[in-house]
Parts: sequence; structure tokens; C-alpha cells
Amino acid sequence: MTTSPKRPNKDPNTETPPDRAEILQKRKNWEEEYEQLMKKKPERLSSFITTSSMPINRLYDPTDLPQDWSYLKDVGYPGEFPYTRGVQQTMYRGRLWTMRQFAGFGGAEETNQRFKFLLANGMTGLSVAFHLPTLYGRESTHPMSLGEVGKLGVAIDTLRDMEILFDGIPLDKVTTSMTINAPAAILLSMYIAVAEKQGVSPDQIGGTIQNDILKEYMAQKSYIFPPKSSMRLIVDTIKYCSKFVPRWNTISISGYHIREAGSTAAQELAFTLINGLEYVKWAVKSGMEIDEFAPRLSFFFNSHNDFFEEIAKFRAARRIWARWMRKFSPKNERSLWLRFHTQTAGCSLTAQQPYNNVVRTTVQSMAAVIGGTQSLHTNSLDEALALPSEDAVEIALRTQQIIAHESGLTNTIDPFAGSYFVESLTNLMEKEVEDYLQKVDQLGGVIPAIEKGFFQQEIANAAYQYQKEIEKNERTIVSVNDFTKDEDIKIPILQIGDEIAERQKKRLEQVKQERNTEKVTNALLKIQEAAKGNENLFPLILDAVKLYASIGEICDVLREVFGEWKGDLLF
Amino acid sequence: MSTSQKIRVLLAKPGLDGHDRGVKVVARALRDAGMEVIYTGLHKSPEAIIEAALQEDVDVIGLSSLSGSHMALFTRIMELLAEKEMAEDTLVVAGGIIPDDDVPKLEKIGIKGIFGPGAETDTIANFIRANIKRTL
Repeated sequence: MTTSPKRPNKDPNTETPPDRAEILQKRKNWEEEYEQLMKKKPERLSSFITTSSMPINRLYDPTDLPQDWSYLKDVGYPGEFPYTRGVQQTMYRGRLWTMRQFAGFGGAEETNQRFKFLLANGMTGLSVAFHLPTLYGRESTHPMSLGEVGKLGVAIDTLRDMEILFDGIPLDKVTTSMTINAPAAILLSMYIAVAEKQGVSPDQIGGTIQNDILKEYMAQKSYIFPPKSSMRLIVDTIKYCSKFVPRWNTISISGYHIREAGSTAAQELAFTLINGLEYVKWAVKSGMEIDEFAPRLSFFFNSHNDFFEEIAKFRAARRIWARWMRKFSPKNERSLWLRFHTQTAGCSLTAQQPYNNVVRTTVQSMAAVIGGTQSLHTNSLDEALALPSEDAVEIALRTQQIIAHESGLTNTIDPFAGSYFVESLTNLMEKEVEDYLQKVDQLGGVIPAIEKGFFQQEIANAAYQYQKEIEKNERTIVSVNDFTKDEDIKIPILQIGDEIAERQKKRLEQVKQERNTEKVTNALLKIQEAAKGNENLFPLILDAVKLYASIGEICDVLREVFGEWKGDLLF
Repeated sequence: MSTSQKIRVLLAKPGLDGHDRGVKVVARALRDAGMEVIYTGLHKSPEAIIEAALQEDVDVIGLSSLSGSHMALFTRIMELLAEKEMAEDTLVVAGGIIPDDDVPKLEKIGIKGIFGPGAETDTIANFIRANIKRTL
């Protein structure tokens, strides 16, 4: 047996990896030379900041990472804790993200046609936008629905509309995301009822309801009931679905609207994850085991213009969530996963020179894909002007397909891992989130902080700062405050006529004539009685929906018991 | 009519639209520009907005809409303004997502300044100063 060769003595002439002190010294020298150079030729801008006004250094190197930063502890491998690199082991080499374009306008007929157009063009999941009266639990004929019917999404009053919406679309073959919050239980009930009519049982359907009321008080503002009653409806829905609709994502904890309302990237991330933690606490408090519901939680983020900031945000999101969830000691690994949908930033689009929006959307989508999104909506170029036209939405979908199939971004997993810059930003995001969590705790928790207007004021402040930066030309927006043109470019836009409201009124009247009024009244009374106690409301709502009770009627009985939330007047 | 030395502005969100980023930015900018700003909050009916304008004795009503319901709601607001005989004294401006084709229609019913995405807050403040219907 031969002995293994002795390791050679360390040769002082061989180059060894420079240690931290050496790098720090070199960095210092480099920075000094840079400063000297700047005396002759100053930098282009007095400060370099992200879209969220975060200052960015001229260079990043290993010393920008903390000394205890470790690849295995802080980054790790895809599909392994802390999931910084992705929740699935194979990521896009296994399966691409779901291309899911949010659509809804006019009546159920028009949106049904748009869905079929998108599916025929390679879209892989449905996403429903409802009109404002549906979001607020009002019938299309309610006085507050004046002018809103079919404008911002599809008009849905009763199960009849939902039947038309999914006509000819097999609900065991597609998954559907529904942007619905305060009345989410009602719309999901309608979806279950339509599926049953197609012969598809509740355990076969898959999809997502947004059902994230906390961010409504903070940002999107389609609230109906006060926070505690809303939270009860959410927990009821989570509980019911964990038993009977197991493939449904019962909540999509959303930062998208927080960002659209003007927050920074870090605020978007912080407020979303803090909301997520709040739902988890409520569900656990209601007696559920973490693994009964946590694997079905999903998230929804915005992707704005600042490429690296967004990538860092997505990576940090996964890591923070996994670390927070581990404290609940789940046995199912999926309870640690932060899976998310992304939509490019509507608020970044300009009405001026609208074709440029295709480029903005492309950059934003690239960040979402590099960030490891599970599904993606790309905005259409005309969305600063109106709901998207069919031509515009086709370009948006093609943008995703080009990124997926031509750009090479999908060839390897989490390609920016190990970038000193991206890892530093990822760390910074995590720190900001932890700081906000402490602040919210000091305010007594999420609901007290909402009641004090904390989130609302933080968002309004950030929105104002961003606008001022544009107006002072500290921030350039192409075609808005620089590179402007005198003549406006006209593009065709989608118009929704008033005939939709007329048709909706007639259909609602007809449904009310044809249904069994006595049974509907009884079903509504049962909901009202149960709302006063602790019984799970979901099955009662499902019964009422199947009898063609309208969304307005169901919400009205709940309003009587729960009361209504009056928003804030902060600015 | 107001005798205040400051321009009094009511900023309102008619209908169910919940997009309030723009109206809040404008509210703060007009306040910073020295005006008295009253914000109605969300989800107000045309009737509630006119009532608030009357109670607050404002020089200006600013309407914000991004949901596409502006034609129906703004028309109703202007009708109520005329009914209450406030049209003579009140400047009405609007902002949000208003398609170009609707701008002349809104001007015809008496809405004088219409500010879309990308409008600067200084422009809005200057427009109000130049067009209010009383001399300070």
C-alpha cells in the first residue's frame, strides 16, 4: 500500500486567494483613484439611485457581503432551504412559467371571447379581471355602479354570468386566477358551481383567488367590510378549501397593488410578507396546522423598471419567507415555499409615446423571469390609456414567448447568484423587511397599523417623493420629462359602450324572475345568521350562489352584520 | 363664496374607483403650493361630492377617475353643480385616465382642465391659479 503523497509545502510565490483585508485595501486604493479621476471628470449624476430611490454604489466586491455571509446558509441550491435560488429544483429547465394574461371587460360574452383568443395564441392559464361593482359586492344596477359596468373588468352579478364567462372552456384543463378580494368566497363559489355543471368536481379544479384583504386597506382599496370580519371570511375560505378544493390557492398575498399605489420595492416586499405572516397567524389561531394551508399560499409581486432591484426583491422574498415559516415547524417542505405570480408595472407605463411601453415591459419581464416567477402577466402598451386592445395584448404575450424561447434566460437557474451586487441588494432587501416587521410590531400588529394609517402614509410619502424626483428632473422618464415629442401618437384603444350596462340589467332581472325567490331568501337569511356567530360561511355562500343569489344580495346581508370599512383621508 | 386668502380645493373620487395614488400626490402638491385642500376619500356619489363642495365653500373641484366611468359620473356632477347654482363660481378640473376623444366632450360640459398621466403638479397648480373664478 502506498502512502498518499504529502501535500506540498506552501510556496510563498504561488498566488493565494486574496483575503478580506487585502481586498479592502485594494478597494480603498481603487476608490481613491476614482475620486482623483472625478476631480477632472465628474460622474454623470450627483447620485445614482434605484427606481425606489435606494442609492447604489459605483462598484460591489466580496467585502460588500457581511463576513458571516455564506453560500449554503444564505443562497443554497434551488429547491433547498432557504430557496433563494428558486423553490423548484428544476425551475425553467423543467417547466416554463405559466403565461397568464389578466383579462376582463364588458360582459361575460366579450371576456369569454378574449379568453378563447388568448388560449388559442398560446396562453397557458386564465386570469379574470372583474368590474368594480363586482369587486365591491354591488349589483350592476346599484346607483354606485353608475358608469362602471363592464369598464374595468367583466360584469358578474350572478352564477348565470359566470356560466357564460367559462362557456366552452373545460375547467379541468385550465387553471384560473381570479382577482377578487372582499367577495372572494362568492366568486370562488360561482366557479365551483360552474365546474360542477361541466361535470368537474371541486377537487379537480385548480386556480387562485386573490382573497388578500389586508393590502386592500393599504393600497388597492377594494374593501367592503372592516378588517376583522374580512379576516374571518378569509379563514373560513382557507378552511373549507383545504378540505374540499385542495388544488386551489386560497390566497394570493399581493404586493402588486402596494407598488402601484407608489411604494418602494422594499416596502412592497415588506408589507406583502408581513401581511402573509398575519394570515398564517390567523389560520394557526383558528386551529389549523401549518401544513394544512401554508403550501397553498401564493404571492403576487410587481416587476418595475429597475432590473437588479427587482431581481434582488424576488430572491429575498423566497429567503425571508422560508426563514419565517420555519419558525412554525412545518413537516411539509412546501409550507416553506414562496411561489409567486408577477405582473409588470402598470404604473411605469407612459401615455406619451406608448409604443415605448413594450420595451419597459420587456425589461420588467426579464427581471421577473430571472427572479424565478411561477407565472407572469405582461402589460400591454396601451394600458396607460385604456384596457388593452386585442393587438396590444398579443404583443404582450409574444414578449413572454420571446423571452421564454429566444433569450436564453431560461437555460440556467438563478443566473445572478454570486453577483456581489445582486447578493448585496438581496441582503439589503431582507434587512429592510425585518426593520418594517419590527415597526409594525411596535404599532401593535398589522390591523392596528392599518387603523393608524401607517402603511397608507408610507406609501403616499414614497409616491410623492417619486413624483417630485421626476418633476425636479432628478429622475428621467423617457417621453415624459425628457426625449419628449410635441405631437401625440394616436393608437387605437378599447372602448366599452353603455349597452353592456343595459344588457346586464336585463339579464339580472331575468335571473331574478326565473329563480326560486323563497329559497334564495332563506339562503341569504342563513348567511346572515351564521355571520353573527362562528359557523363557516363558505358552504352557506356556495348554497346561495347555486340558487342564483346575486353578489350584491350576499354582500348586503354581510354588510348588515359586519358593517362597512370607511377608508382613510391621508395624503 | 369663500373669502379666504387661500384657494380652496376639493379633490374628489367619484364612483367605485379605488386608484388614489394620483389624487393623493396632487392633494399634497397643491397643499405645498399654498392651497387649502380637502380630500373626500374614496367611493363618493356625485351627490356627496357636490354636497361636500357646498359645505366646504371651495373655489375648485378636482375630480379623479381611472376606471373609465368619467363620462357618466362627471356629467352627473356637472348637472348637480348647475342645479345648485354653483357652476358660476366653481372651477372644475379633472385627472386620471381620460381618453383624448373624451376631452372635448368634458370641456363642453364645463370641465376646464384635464390632466392625464405624466402631468406635472406645477402645471396643475398654475392652471388653477390662472382660472379660478374669483380674484384673491
